[in-house]
Amino acid sequence: MAKDYESNSNKNLIQAEEYVEKPESQLIEMWETLRQNKAAVVGLIIIGLLTLIALVVWASQLMGKQILPYDPNFSDMSQSFVWPNAQHWFGTDQLGRDIFSRVLDGTKISLSVGVAAVTISLSVGVFLGALAGYRGGRTDAIVMRLMDMMLAIPSILLAIAFMAALGKGLDKAVIAIGLVSIPEYARLVRGSILSVKENDYVQAAKVIGNKDSRIIFKHILPNIMSLIVVRATLGISTAVLDTSALGFLGLGVQPPFAEWGDMLGRARGFIFNAPYTLIFPGIAITITVLAFNLLGDGLRDALDPKSRIK
Amino acid sequence: MNEVLMEVQDLSKHFTVETSLLGKPVSVLKAVDGVSFSIDKGEAFGLVGESGCGKTTLGKILVNLYSPTNGKIFFEGKELTALNEKQRRSYCKDIQMIFQDPYASLNPRMTIGDIIAEPIIINHLLPKSEVEERVIYLLNCVGLARHQRNRYPHEFSGGQRQRVGIARALAVEPKLIVCDEPVSALDVSIQAQVLNLLSDLKSEFGLTYLFIAHSLNVVKHISDRVGVMYLGQLVEIAPKRELYANPLHPYTQALLSAIPIINPEKKKERIILKGDVPSPINPPAGCHFCSRCFKEFEPCKLKAPVLKEISPNHWVSCHLF
Amino acid sequence: MLLEVRNLTTEFKLKRGTVKAVDDISFTIDKGEILAIVGESGSGKSVTSLSIMGLLQKPGRIADGEITFKSQDLNKMTQKELRKIRGNQISMIFQEPMTSLNPVSRIKDQIMENILAHRKITKKEALARTIEMLDTVGIPSPAERANDYPHQMSGGMRQRVMTAMALSCEPELLIADEPTTALDVTIQAQILELLYRMREKFHMAVLLITHDLGVVSEAADRVIVMYCGKIVEEADVKSLFKQPLHPYTVGLLQSIPQIDDESDKRLYMIKGMVPNPLRMPPGCPFSDRCDSCMERCTQEMPELQEINGHKVRCFLYDKDMEGELNAK
Repeated sequence: MAKDYESNSNKNLIQAEEYVEKPESQLIEMWETLRQNKAAVVGLIIIGLLTLIALVVWASQLMGKQILPYDPNFSDMSQSFVWPNAQHWFGTDQLGRDIFSRVLDGTKISLSVGVAAVTISLSVGVFLGALAGYRGGRTDAIVMRLMDMMLAIPSILLAIAFMAALGKGLDKAVIAIGLVSIPEYARLVRGSILSVKENDYVQAAKVIGNKDSRIIFKHILPNIMSLIVVRATLGISTAVLDTSALGFLGLGVQPPFAEWGDMLGRARGFIFNAPYTLIFPGIAITITVLAFNLLGDGLRDALDPKSRIK
Repeated sequence: MNEVLMEVQDLSKHFTVETSLLGKPVSVLKAVDGVSFSIDKGEAFGLVGESGCGKTTLGKILVNLYSPTNGKIFFEGKELTALNEKQRRSYCKDIQMIFQDPYASLNPRMTIGDIIAEPIIINHLLPKSEVEERVIYLLNCVGLARHQRNRYPHEFSGGQRQRVGIARALAVEPKLIVCDEPVSALDVSIQAQVLNLLSDLKSEFGLTYLFIAHSLNVVKHISDRVGVMYLGQLVEIAPKRELYANPLHPYTQALLSAIPIINPEKKKERIILKGDVPSPINPPAGCHFCSRCFKEFEPCKLKAPVLKEISPNHWVSCHLF
Repeated sequence: MLLEVRNLTTEFKLKRGTVKAVDDISFTIDKGEILAIVGESGSGKSVTSLSIMGLLQKPGRIADGEITFKSQDLNKMTQKELRKIRGNQISMIFQEPMTSLNPVSRIKDQIMENILAHRKITKKEALARTIEMLDTVGIPSPAERANDYPHQMSGGMRQRVMTAMALSCEPELLIADEPTTALDVTIQAQILELLYRMREKFHMAVLLITHDLGVVSEAADRVIVMYCGKIVEEADVKSLFKQPLHPYTVGLLQSIPQIDDESDKRLYMIKGMVPNPLRMPPGCPFSDRCDSCMERCTQEMPELQEINGHKVRCFLYDKDMEGELNAK
């Protein structure tokens, strides 16, 4: 009886050999699709460049070597407000500091704040969203109402409020920006879990005896990871922007550190006589945010199984 | 050998659809409404009904995906409904499920080898070193090859995926398997393969099945006894031959007559039921079927009938009897 | 002859290769006839109906063939010209009535929209016709139900509404793509009975696409069996069921659990599965699953032969091989 089956299974064997494609990992497929999206690749290259700059600058400073053309914090009043020339590619600012070096130095702050803030938002947001989505009922109601309250306040105001409580400083800025974005991730994860929860394979996981926590981590989260990754990438750009905004307002980085938003803020008054003090940090912010947005969009398209080029 | 494996007593599952401002239920969906029956060891019990009858909900209650609102479930004499969550979960080793949709019932991110191994691992049934052997054995039982265990679900056809689902259900060596419409999403030529496989496995491993389907012709080959459900209630139960030869309840008769016969020579007398299946939300008093029944008479609208044994092993819930 | 399809080939250009979903098929439908196309997934039956209606989406396209409807080639028409015909002379009903109806529009508005697009009558007249159609398809209290939204109706009712919409302009050809698959058995019976009644009343032809041989047996006059994009058998319904010729048809009929089958023996099953369209075996597409497979079958593609009005594509019936003609 089951033997009858075996001869069929041999047929199936042969069929299967021919029918099944070589197992391609989903990452490779995703990469293939991403590669086709020129904009996303540009974004990726820019981010790569920026990361390289940040790492090199940070490493060299750690080792005590000066790799930048000038010390970003070295102030030479005799050289203030110099227009961009061969010695100072981006010119100098009101305190005679080389803008080019400061912009490069600022890269490490902006990137690290961006990543750190997103890490905070992600970890707390995913946890809360998973709790609300999977448990439902009262837990869901309580958590989401809390999130709604946070979302009701514009993010910058909320960040400022947090800073007021925490005090000034870069590390406090990171925490504030991180906290502010928690509701978005919580909502995203909760929504995804609600839609994935009813899938048969999640039910099957329950039937074979899985505990709730294992179901969330092993079965649900991996299947919504793509959404989270896309959101996080776009979130980094938002965090960079928020850092700059706080810096502009004088709440983030404290002098004399070079941070693009802070540079913009201090150069506000010089927009007519020395526009280069504003233009270059401004371009730096724009390029960084754009790069992350392009990558994020590209990732979203790449991770959407329907749009994948098959 | 008529040992009762599972017994269900007056089982109900109600979903609250609307509540008043104070939280009082205004309309209730009675998916399962007072169902009682038992399944013997080694038997295949076919449960048939159309959409909204509650058969899938009933199946899900048995595998602990829903908790019943009322009623009791006994498994090998033990009352499952009296257990706490942890104790109830331990019964997953005895009661398993095969799902309807082969495209949704396998986690797309896991290899089929991992999918089949998971129940063994989380229930600590075998030492780690022996798990792989068992997975290969199970794959062979369902007609798949050992090298396929490293492939992902999307690389398989519907019929093959369904076989993976069967292998997963078998992994814990269950005593009872609830088959929730396991072939309705498959092509006709594959249905026969899977039905035969299920039949063979039942004999080989001494399994007991609750086989849920929406049409009477699918359960015919595999069932020993058949139960017909309508709007949350069991309206008829009988041994297979008896049910098909001598259906007593008007709904069963209509169901049987609705199945197209593959023989254009035999034009048969069709019973066409009037109206649609009413909503299981706030069902009418009296017999649930009377609005569509072609044999309805006086008592039908007033009182609900009960399941009575009319002839040996043949139970009907109808005022005609 | 109402519709003639000749050498229709539809392909899908995918990254990994081109798939011929429909491979050189030809058939005709006469006025008032019910023709059923039967096949499983990958057979190309749905793609055929979409091709006829000009509803194919990229990456699908009609690569070759003529689709002649009342001496006009539909394949050569623009979308604008096709729109005049769709819903008017050729109508279509689909498998999932819920997704085929606009959820935010009332039933009556949807049907009236179709009528007014093709007939120059007043809104009042269109409404009257709508209610008349709803009554014809068996919707109780049609004047009131016309104001409902799709989600307020059950699956069976929605399918009737779809049918009413499709028939509102009295088409000459109705294409029904798996109209009963998503419905319960008892509702299926109602819908089939409705189609029959409509055929009697309007003398319209029906192209019925399905995988359910039971439905075919009950409803069709003639049957075409498709496998992997090709027609493998064609006959009137009585002949097909009484004496199926192609091994696939035979296997299909034998593997269906019958309600009046007294024996308890195992179901016959066709071994293997439908081949990957990108990797079709050479020769007959059914060769690797066929019990009667001969050497020739794996090398050449058989032609469609006609034997007493019954067409079959199989070397078992090859007229060159006289000895094998009485294979069944």
